[in-house]
Amino acid sequence: MAGEPIDAREHSRTEAALRVVLPIAVLALIILAWDLVVRLREIPPYVLPGPGLVLTTLISDWAVLSESLLVTLVTTFEGFLLAFVGGVGLAVLFNQSRLVEYSLYPYAVILQVTPIVAIAPLLLIYLPQQAAVLACAWIVAFFPVLANTTLGLNSVDHNLADLFRLYGASRAQVLWQLKLPAALPYILGGLKIAGGLSLIGAVVAEIAAGSAGAGSGLAYRIAESGYRLNIPRMFAALLLLSVAGIVIFFSLSLLSYLLLRRWHESAVARER
Amino acid sequence: MPIVSLRGVQKRYGNGVLALDRLNMDVWPGEFVSLLGPSGCGKSTALRLIAGLTKPTRGTIDGLATGQVSRARDLGFVFQEPTLMPWTTVAGNVRLPLRLQGLDDDAAGPRVAAAIERVGLEQFADAYPRELSGGMKMRTSIARALVTEPKVLLMDEPFAALDEITRFKLNDDLLSLWRALQKTVVFVTHSVFESVYLSNRILVMTPRPGRVFTELAIDAPYPRGERFRTSAEYAAFCRRASETLAAATAAGT
Repeated sequence: MAGEPIDAREHSRTEAALRVVLPIAVLALIILAWDLVVRLREIPPYVLPGPGLVLTTLISDWAVLSESLLVTLVTTFEGFLLAFVGGVGLAVLFNQSRLVEYSLYPYAVILQVTPIVAIAPLLLIYLPQQAAVLACAWIVAFFPVLANTTLGLNSVDHNLADLFRLYGASRAQVLWQLKLPAALPYILGGLKIAGGLSLIGAVVAEIAAGSAGAGSGLAYRIAESGYRLNIPRMFAALLLLSVAGIVIFFSLSLLSYLLLRRWHESAVARER
Repeated sequence: MPIVSLRGVQKRYGNGVLALDRLNMDVWPGEFVSLLGPSGCGKSTALRLIAGLTKPTRGTIDGLATGQVSRARDLGFVFQEPTLMPWTTVAGNVRLPLRLQGLDDDAAGPRVAAAIERVGLEQFADAYPRELSGGMKMRTSIARALVTEPKVLLMDEPFAALDEITRFKLNDDLLSLWRALQKTVVFVTHSVFESVYLSNRILVMTPRPGRVFTELAIDAPYPRGERFRTSAEYAAFCRRASETLAAATAAGT
């Protein structure tokens, strides 16, 4: 804005810079402290490797680790996609038919509240391993999508619903032109949670599968490295997992921002 | 022949509240008629009954096409809130009724543009509702109601939430639209001043259960403007309307 005082602009720029600089400074401090502790107390790498060793392991083991990363990411992505389709689809189905909702909703809740760690070993008995891992990722991730979409579909402005009724809108028109657009911010909120959860589901299932002696995902690498006391590789794999989680979160945040920035309060920048 | 006619209409809600009872009223083609009454007297319910959004528990509503689809062509509805879809532009909102009737965007385009121009928003056709002021949102809502070229425009306290300056401006614009388009308007309000300024005829309603207590003819000539608003004639009409409203309120209890 041309009329905006310079110091206000300056102020917001400083604040934006702080939001980037401060977390990086904290990270640097933690790494420094970690390095110092390892060096000064001469902790052996099989107990706690220093940050430098983790980094060199990451590079030297990149062939193995990147392959595992890809496996885990593909599972996560597939689980996420299924959670999206299943969650939104089921919510729409529930919204269209009370009978289906009453019949199935309790089981959706049961799937959600039963800890996935406890279900994973069972799934591994009945399903091929890859399918079992995928099923785990899906089970943890689909519920937030279902719950949020259901809330969104029921949050339609009553007057707008009346207006559609007044103009004789069909069920399909109400769904596509009123309910789904109104639910979009809620669906995106659900997806943001589901992204992280599908990674968790994939990891839990891989760990369970890994202890049964098969698998090749990142979580399996962590378990395997643990048995072999290859602690630096454990840390390297963990680092990759958390970077993957961060990338998933930011991609979904970006998607949400791009879809909502024109109209939804959550994505609109406010001038103060 | 009245364009809408309500006879012995009763509306009792599921929770037992009797909103309207023994309501008789006629709306004549081309008139501007107001329903004036205290809050909760069932004025809005009467409007929703005419629109077919709810069914009477007793009595009949005649005149308009029956069946929702054909009725939709006869009616435009303006709510107390602008009731816009936040995810689409002014043009997208105004286009909605035509789209719901199955008209494609090419055919709807000129009619949408014309409706937007009628309410003076041609500069804002591509703006989203959150970028508009309260008055502009209400103009969008009116354009949407007009785009189907309905016979009857039903308005449910459309300007109640606006500031006075905006409300006066929209009152004036509504009157010129009404005169230019020759529509029939049924206007619900709890403001004596607004109803006198706008209407040919005021139906004064009793508190719940609502019915028409009496009607007042406001036979001042149009166009009405600032001069009418400050005239002794206007003040006299307002006094009479206030007294009638007070009598109606007393009669209901």
